Formats: sequence, C-alpha cells, structure tokens
Amino acid sequence: MLILDCPYCGVTAEETEFHGGGEAHLKRFGPGSSDEDFEGYLFHRENPRGVHFERWRHVNGCGKWFHVARDTATLEVFGSYSAQVTEPPQEIRDAITAKRPGWRWREFA
Amino acid sequence: MSTRLKEGGRRIDRAKQVEFTFNGKRMSGFEGDTLAAALLANDQVMMGRSFKYHRPRGVVASGAEEPNALVNLGEGGKFEPNQRATTTEIFDGLTAASQNHWPSLDFDVGAINAKLSRFLPAGFYYKTFMFPRFAWKHLYEPIVRQSAGLGRVPKDRDADTYEHYYAFFDVVVIGGGVAGLMAAKSAGEAGAKVLLMEQTPHWGGRAPVDGGEVDGKPVEDFVAATVAALEAMGNVTLRTRMMGAGVYDHGYMLGYQRLRDHAPAAKGPRHRLWRIRAGRIVTATGAIERPLSFAGNDVPGVMLASAVRDYVVDYGVSPGDRVVVVTNNDDAYRTAIAVKAAGLSVPAILDARAGGGGALAEEAKAQGIRVLNGMGVAKVHGKKRVEGVAVCRQAGEGAVEEEIGCDVVAMSGGWSPVVHLWSHCGGKLVWNDKYAMFQPNPEASPTGADGEGFVLAAGVAAGAQTDTDFEGLGLYETLRTAVRAGTQAAAELGFKTRDVALPTVSEHDEVAMEPVWLMPQGAGAKLRMKAWLDYQNDVKVSDVQLAAREGYESVEHTKRYTTLGMATDQGKLSNINGLATLANALGEAIPQVGTTTFRPPYTPISMGAIAGEARAETFQPLRRTPMHDWHEENGAHWEPVGQWRRPYCYPRKGESHAAAVAREVMATRDSLGLLDASTLGKLVVKGPDAGKFLDMLYTNMMSTLKPGRCRYGLMCSENGFLIDDGVVARIDEDTFLCHTTTGGAERIHAHMEEWLQTEWWDWQVYVANVTEQYAQIAVVGPNARKVLEKLTDEDISAESLPFMAWKDVTLDGVNSRVYRISFSGELSYEIAVPASVGRAFWGRLLQAGEEYGVTPYGTEALHVMRAEKGFIMIGDETDGTVIPQDLGLNWAISKKKDDYLGKRAQARSFMDNPDRWQLVGLETVDGSALPDGAYAVAEGTNANGQRNVQGRVTSTYFSPTLGKGIAMGLVHKGPDRMGEVLDFPGTDGKTYKAKIVDPVFYDRDGEKQNV
Amino acid sequence: MSEAVSALAGAGFDGIARVEEAGQVGMVTLRGDLDSAAMVKAVKTATDAAVPGQRAITRAGGYAVAWMSPDELLITCDHDKADAVVNSLAKSLAGAQFLAVNVSDARAVFDVSGAQARDVLAKLMPVDFSRAAFGPDIIRRSRLAQVPAAVWMSADDTFRVVCFRSVARYLFDVLCMAAQDGSEVGVLG
Repeated sequence: MLILDCPYCGVTAEETEFHGGGEAHLKRFGPGSSDEDFEGYLFHRENPRGVHFERWRHVNGCGKWFHVARDTATLEVFGSYSAQVTEPPQEIRDAITAKRPGWRWREFA
Repeated sequence: MSTRLKEGGRRIDRAKQVEFTFNGKRMSGFEGDTLAAALLANDQVMMGRSFKYHRPRGVVASGAEEPNALVNLGEGGKFEPNQRATTTEIFDGLTAASQNHWPSLDFDVGAINAKLSRFLPAGFYYKTFMFPRFAWKHLYEPIVRQSAGLGRVPKDRDADTYEHYYAFFDVVVIGGGVAGLMAAKSAGEAGAKVLLMEQTPHWGGRAPVDGGEVDGKPVEDFVAATVAALEAMGNVTLRTRMMGAGVYDHGYMLGYQRLRDHAPAAKGPRHRLWRIRAGRIVTATGAIERPLSFAGNDVPGVMLASAVRDYVVDYGVSPGDRVVVVTNNDDAYRTAIAVKAAGLSVPAILDARAGGGGALAEEAKAQGIRVLNGMGVAKVHGKKRVEGVAVCRQAGEGAVEEEIGCDVVAMSGGWSPVVHLWSHCGGKLVWNDKYAMFQPNPEASPTGADGEGFVLAAGVAAGAQTDTDFEGLGLYETLRTAVRAGTQAAAELGFKTRDVALPTVSEHDEVAMEPVWLMPQGAGAKLRMKAWLDYQNDVKVSDVQLAAREGYESVEHTKRYTTLGMATDQGKLSNINGLATLANALGEAIPQVGTTTFRPPYTPISMGAIAGEARAETFQPLRRTPMHDWHEENGAHWEPVGQWRRPYCYPRKGESHAAAVAREVMATRDSLGLLDASTLGKLVVKGPDAGKFLDMLYTNMMSTLKPGRCRYGLMCSENGFLIDDGVVARIDEDTFLCHTTTGGAERIHAHMEEWLQTEWWDWQVYVANVTEQYAQIAVVGPNARKVLEKLTDEDISAESLPFMAWKDVTLDGVNSRVYRISFSGELSYEIAVPASVGRAFWGRLLQAGEEYGVTPYGTEALHVMRAEKGFIMIGDETDGTVIPQDLGLNWAISKKKDDYLGKRAQARSFMDNPDRWQLVGLETVDGSALPDGAYAVAEGTNANGQRNVQGRVTSTYFSPTLGKGIAMGLVHKGPDRMGEVLDFPGTDGKTYKAKIVDPVFYDRDGEKQNV
Repeated sequence: MSEAVSALAGAGFDGIARVEEAGQVGMVTLRGDLDSAAMVKAVKTATDAAVPGQRAITRAGGYAVAWMSPDELLITCDHDKADAVVNSLAKSLAGAQFLAVNVSDARAVFDVSGAQARDVLAKLMPVDFSRAAFGPDIIRRSRLAQVPAAVWMSADDTFRVVCFRSVARYLFDVLCMAAQDGSEVGVLG
C-alpha cells in the first residue's frame, strides 16, 4: 500500500486516504474536435513500466486533486505537485532525471 | 512412550496445573505448555492424520512451521480449525480435536487412501477426474468434497471481537530472539522509535536452548538483561505473541497480535492486527530446520532434532525414551547431548557426513554416545509410532547394516533462514552453496517510496555472511549481524549511531554441513515412495520426480501440480527439500530452479483480524436520515440505497408489501402522502461563474434559470452517458442548489470538484455538499397545500409559489425552504428543514395531516408513482450505456450551448442516430405486470444460437391507480412503433405479450401537479 | 418549535476511553481566498480568531477556526450562533468570491477522552496520534474506519471527532468497540 504526499495538505498519508484518478495531463477535446482527437482524449492511455504521471485525489482529506510522478514497476515516488498545471513542472522532471536518466513519457522528457 | 520428565522445562510452571481435553479425553499440563508439549507429556504422540492418505502423523516441529499437528480448537462461537498445536498455549478448559479422520484418530476409514497411494500420484486430481465429464458432478465431486479440506468449517458466528491498530515506527524488528533483541537495542540506543515483535510468548528464541555463553553467563541471563534494558527505553515498544505477518510496499507491514488466545475468558478483543508504517524493517526471523528425506520419515516419533531438544529443555517433556539422531550438520548433536543430559537414551547418532562432526561431536562421544559417520536411515520401522530404524550407508542404495530400536528419530537436514518477510515485498535471495540455503541478498532489498531499500536482515535470518571471520550461524555471528542491522537501520533514517561493543561469546566451533537431499543417496523407488517431502500435503520425493519426468520444469507449476508447499504451512519445512529434489531430477542447480513466491501472511491469520471492526452491524457504514428511528418504530420494511436505508413501504400488521405499496400510492393520489426524501443529494454551487459551470455540467441551460425557480436537469459523463439527474434551484444570482439522486451526492460532488480543480481551475465557483444539513420531506397529494397552510400564515398559493418554484417559508416556526416540485405527478412540495429538527417536523406534518389521512410512503410507492408518470430513474432506465436522447429527453438538452460534458460524445455516429433502443411505455395485453429485466425477442438467432433481442424492460410495476401492470422499457426504434405487441419470455417459462405505448400512463397533461 | 436534537442525543460509553456525542455544535463551512486581507478580517470579525495556517486550528472564546483545505475553513461555535457567523461573513465578504454555509446539522460530533484516547483513535484512523505528531493546535482530516472524519484536540487527552450526521451511529459503534474494556494497546496511552 502506497504512501503519498498531498501537496495541498502537506500530509504524508497512506493510500486509503486517496483515490486514484488515472493518467495526468490529458487535454480535453470537446465539440468540433476530430474523431481521432476525441478518441485519444477519451480512451487512449499510457501504460508504461516505469515513469508515469497520475492524478490522485485526497478524498479522505482536503478533497483536492493533485499529480504524482511515480515508477509503476518499483513504486518509487518522484514527487507530487499541483493539479493546476498542464505539464510536469521542471523540479519534478529533474527529480525523475536524477533517478531515471533518459526517461520519456508522452511528449515529456 | 512420551512423558513429562521429572525435572526441567524453562517455560512451564509446574506449580500451575492446567486441565484440557483432546478428542474428548481429559488431560492435564502445566501453565506455559504448548498444546503439542502437553499432548506429548500425556503420551499422545499421534496428533492427526494427513490430508491425502490419512496417514497417522505426530508432531514434527515445535513452532510455527509445524505441518502435522493441526487441531480444531474450541466450540461454538469460539471454534476454529487448523490451529497448530505447537503454537497453541494451553489454558484451563481448552478443547482440541484432531483433524482429517473418521470415525476416530486411531481408526480411520480414509486411511484406505494410503493403500491406494500407488493410484494417487502427483497431479492425481487433474488426471483422474477428467472423464467421463458427467461423472464429475455426480460422482467425483461429492466424494472429493467429503474427503478434502483441512479441518471443519465453523458453523456459528465468531463470538469474539477483533481490531486494527495503525502504528508508526522508525524501525520495526520482527523476531524476538537474540538477534531481534540486539537489533532493537542498537536501533533504540541511536534514538529511533522501535517496535520489537515476537510471535511466541517468550523472548530469546532458540538461543537459550542451544547453549553457549555471553559475557561469561548463560544466554538466558543475556536475554533477560537485554529485555530489561529495552523495557527501560521509552522509545522502544516490545510485544510478544505478535507475528510479523507481511511486509508490503512503502514500509507497510502487518503485525498479528494474539491477545486472548491463551486467556479466552479475559475481556477484550481476541486479535489485533497492527497496520504499521515503518521507516526500516529488520527481519530477525531466525531459521527453520529442514527434515531429511528418508523412507518412513513421517512416522509419528520422527521429529526435527531441534524440536526434540525444545520439548526436553523448554517443556521438560520427553518425546520418547530412546532417541536416534540422524543429521548432516553439527547442530543436531546438541539434541543428543540435551536428551542424554535429561536421562534418556541415545542409542546412536547417524551423521551422513563421511568426515563426521566437530567439537560438538567430540563432546557427544565424550558422553558415551555412539556416533556413526557416513551413515543414514534406510527406513523407519513402525506405523503409528516409531519402533526402530534400519541403518545404512548414506553413499549407498539402502542396504541395511544395522537395526536400532528407538521410539524417536531426531533428524536434521540443516537450516533454512526464514526469508519470507524479506521476500514478501520483492527482496531478492542468493543461494549460499556452502550452507545449502537461500539467504537475503542485501544488495536487493525491497525498496520504498524513496527508492531506497527498507528491509534489513539480522542474525541467522540473514544467512551466513562471507565478510567475516565468524562465518556461519553461530551465536557471535548472530549478535554481530543484529547489531549491524539495527545500527544501519537507524543510521539510514538519520539517527546518530555509535559503535556498539559486542559481548564476548563462548560457543562450539562447528564443521560445515553437507547437503543431503535424499537418504540414502541412491535410494530406490520403493524407498523414495515412502520418503516424504511435504507432510501436510502428502508429497513424496517420488511425486516431485514424477512431475519432473512429466515435464514440469517451473517450481511454481510443480508446486501446484504436486501440491508441494501448499495449505496452512506453505511449505515451511518442505520447500527447500522439494526444490532441491526437483533440481536434481531436472539436472539443474538449485538457484536456477529458484523458489516459489513467498506471500503474506507468514502463518495463517484469523479472518476476524483481517475484518477488524468491519463485521455484523458495522460491516459497512449504514447511513440514517434524521427520521430513521421513526421509520423503524413504524414498521418500515427497509430498502438499501447505496449505504442509506430507506423505507420501501410501511406494512401494517398482516398487510403484504404489495398491499402496503398500493395503499400508500392511493392515499397519496387521493389525499396526502409523506416521503422522507432526505437522502437526495444537495450541493450548493456559488460564484460568478456558477451558471457557466452548471451549463457545462448539465445538458440543459442552467444559467438562464431565474432566482426563485427550479429546473430539472440531466448530467452526462464525457462519454455521453447519463450519470445523474435532479432539480436545480437558483437561490440568487450567484448561487444554485443542485439536487442529485440518493446515491449521487458524494459522486456528483466529486465530479464537480474534479472539473473545477483539474480543468476549469480559473473559474470562480465554490461547491459545498450540504446534503445532510437538511431533512427533506416531500408533502404530496391534492391536500398538500392545505396541510402546509395549517403551519404558516405566509402566502404559499399557486400564484405565490407556482409549480417549479421555491420559497423560504416559516412552517410552524421552522425555517424551511419549500420546493414546489413533483416526482409523483401530484401537487407536491419538498420541504427542507435543518436536520436537527427533521424528526420533530416530520411529527408535526403527521399531526397536521391527520385530518387528511396522511400516509407516509416508501420508495416503492415513489417508484410506482413516478413510473405512472413516465419519469425515468437513474439506475433503472439508465445503466451506463444510455444517453438522454434514448429516453426522449431531447427537451432537456440545450441546443443553444456550444459545449457541455458529453456533447461531443453524443455527436458520434452511433449515438447521433435513431437506430437505437429508445424509451417507450409497455402495457401487457392481459393487464399483468411484466417481469423486471425481461427482454423482447426478435426474429432469428445470434452467433451463439440465442434468440435475437430488440428491447428490454427497465421498470415494471403494478399500478394501483390504473389497476393494471405498467412498464417502461428500451425498445429498438420504440417511439416509432407505438401499438406494436412484443414478446417478452419470462424466466418462469411464460411469454408475456406487451404493447408499445406512450410512457406517460397517468395525467399526461400534468394537470394534477400544476394546481 | 425548539425540538432540535443532535444525531444521537448525547449518547455516551465508558470503556478504556470515554466516548460521548458532543451534542449540537455550530459549524460553518467557509470557502474563499484564505490569504486575502478581506478573509482575515472577516474571520476575525465573525469569530475573533485568526485564519489558521495549513492544518492548524485557531481559537477565540467559543469559536474555533480549522483549516480544511487551501480554500476552505471550518468554523465551530455554539449551535445557535452558526447563522450569525454566516451572516457576519457574508457582510464582511460582500463583493468577494466566497461561500459560507451553515453545516451544523450535517455533522455529528464526538469527544473521545481519557489517557487511552490516542490509542483508541489509532485503532480506526491511519494517522500518527503520538504526542510528537499530534498536538492541540492541529486538525487532521482522514478516514475513520470506512467514513471520512476530521479530528482535533479539544482538551488534554480529549479528541473531538467530526463526521457526517448520517453515519453518527456507525461512528459511535466503532468508537465504542475500539474503546471496549480490555482492549488497551499501551503504545500512546
């Protein structure tokens, strides 16, 4: 069972306080978008063995959504950060690079 | 015979006699005895029968690894099967019964299986019961079910309570032997917050039994002094009777504390499951001795050498008068010496090593014990009890050189470090060839959230280290690695550590063991068929060899095929011998074959401990409205709706549920009904962007709603499907109150927050869930207004409070918000009052409505009335694949909006298409009610040969208002097929004919609700 | 009509700790920009207490202000003062984006007290209740058994636990079970 840091509360808590919300940094495609874009938005997800970016909600806590960078194989957590960004912040990327040089995830590296 | 010795027994108090029963027979032991020790003291060597062949079995071990001595413990609500006699402490009144036999332990019908063992080889189940197919159900399964399974299933509800405990420690040390004590002390002295747990009731582990001296004193004194030192440390918590059950991700681990097993009469929970988060975990879990594989090694009286020693030294119990020791290592000599010291006879020590043993062997010889080097056991004589052994050369094929009479065989095949907890969370093992054992690879510890290793092994659990002059499993080395692990654990967490001076130790030097995987080395088929690897599952050397011949190469597959290492002991004794046998059969090295996966728990834990407080009334939270008690007092028949309980109906004495529902519907339609609607979700949405936000969430246009008015709205997922509906009231320019379905409050609140926090975070909107702030009561029926007018002087006329409006009104002095909305088609008000006065206000309404025959109604009457009106219900008409357009709700989908959640999805070709199942009313030709969920069949069959279908029933009721069955359903292009009659085959064999009609059955023009 | 009642009418239980429903407690949920001067002033005006920092709780007179999230506070007061608090906040914050709502009746409040209170709560919540980690000036929102709950210390050895009103009975039942006689843990107590 994971432990995660909520960047809003500042608490380190066990997984049962949180709720996983799938892949992070999805871009919404609404009316007028192409079938391909909409399909990608709604259905296509990364499934990496290694570095991954996820959404979590501190559901039994402050109720806030946040992002987590994590290794899906070792479960190492590289950091958690605000939900109100469209891409991983530089310090998170640096933290990952320090541990997993050469990582790539979608268009980020 | 086995008996109590006149003297000795470190763990027992001879002044305190304890009475218990075994298979109904009264026996006595002493306080401090395990059940196994007490049984041996009562000459009860045979303690059970084996699972498959029902062979007589005696106790083999003295601890958690015991495979044979499993008993049913207790009676009634205290009954529990498969308890190990070796870890069960006796108490006055304990009742135990042996397992796997009928009619009695001594005479067992199932033992016929042993005679048939030639026909019950590895993979027997897979091979035998395959054909003919019909025979499985009628012949094989009933027989297998009767004879299979360990123990009995409890019949009564568990009478005990259990609990969890969340704990946070810097360092958790698992195992309270000398290694664990020393590791805990080292970490504790560095300032770390330490928890030390020991699964038995005693500190010190085996070391006091094994002998040696620390700082010139017996080990026992060192243990006592260390425990005293730890108890004096405020930062160290010590617990006995607590097992490290499992190690999991990110430093999580479970500790299983048995609080009352030894004292069941005392108050309090029986077990406590500690859910621990640890910075570092030290596994000081010791080692388990391995059996030797020789013919007849399962005859009662054949025991692990260490266990024989434990019974003699710890419990003052002699397992037998004449003990033959057979070994491949020096440690077993300690047993011979201890047995001899207790005044018993040791006719011989058979040492499989040609070169024999070291200093311990010399000591044994000096005491006059006969030592035969290079020799082993060809065969054990005896059936229910060892009678003697045939001695042969280990290097040979089993030619008998000598017969030795004895009633106990103490065997030792070497030791395996307990690596389970190290391995649970991914710790890797290395094979130590010299000591023939797997041991933790400290370079590959399980890693935590920070990517660093968080488990360290200490003592013999760490295996034999090579970075030392003291290589081996000796006492000094145990203490050295323990200090190292404890210090390192604290240092890694940032505690300042200092060098800990190691005590001086005097102990025997030992000569290296030599692996013996089969005894004798060249044993033929006949001997191998009697050489047991796994006692609990009756797996023999020959079975594993057969599996290998049949092509099983993976140890995981072999485990499942042969059942080696399965069931309650999970192969604690058998795994290494089994995989060595497999490796030999495959001609591979042992590390190449590898181990099976170590999974938690280390030993079985109670279901109650896993459940904790989540059982019976508190199995899950049950949500109650402010009027719950009134409903209960007035005979409500409950319906679970999510975690809520809502009254389904209020049957009167002798009244059927159907009759109650009909009465409630008619009373409401004719005069006045009351519904507890408190469970409906209520979300306040406020801010300058609230209207814009709700326009995105609902398919309707909400931003145009006028303050003081209500609007019914639909919510869809991004995938276009309906997820919720409800009435939205605009409170003021910036504020809306959104009603959700009963199950939807938390879900829709989360849905709103998700979009606000993760997509439109710059929108100025706040949401609050105020569902439970209010008791909400629907006052429904033609007399609804009259009854409210009795409670207020304010104007609630149709003009002042028209349909789909709301108003704050003081009703009988209570600040109320009155929504004039209707889910029944009647004149209806939903009144929200503070929850604290909900119960009282409900009472006032009942009082005020008395003259109108006020009738509380339940969810079923609500359903009937909404169905009569053709109103959809989320979860009935929707199932996650239905879009609003399917339900004829186009009127609730704004055409003016550029966007709303689900809009893009609904533009996909298969949704933006009339070729779908759509909502219609259904009316049976004969007026009966359609079966719920029934499908309308179409012409032809599908690829599976099933009838094609063209629709299904989504809601169906008997309408007391109309006196006939009414239903709603989704039918292919249904609205275009009015009047068509469809066939709905029921599960009762009948086919129901129903006509497609308009879904609104009652008051189509809405005159009744709009008065 | 003044028949307002709390969910369990003050039910109590004595085991290794005392569990007692605290009766009716006034509560206001306040959402807004906690860093703004207007907010600081509004909270001060309504309660005389300061806006608490992250996971902190401030107190003044009969009022306490607890940090619920970066944009949410929970104000507790006498039950009959909650509406006045809402009105005061609305007046002070007029023109600002905020949400203040009386949630007194949406909640049930329990006091768990006694030397064993920390251990009793630790049986149900995945929270470190050690003295070093849990002091009098913090609020922790978490899970209590299977429901969300918030907890803070209202006095020495006394913890105030808040949950939704509908699960008051559930919470009381599990607290009583955790406080049953003979269930001392002896770690934090």
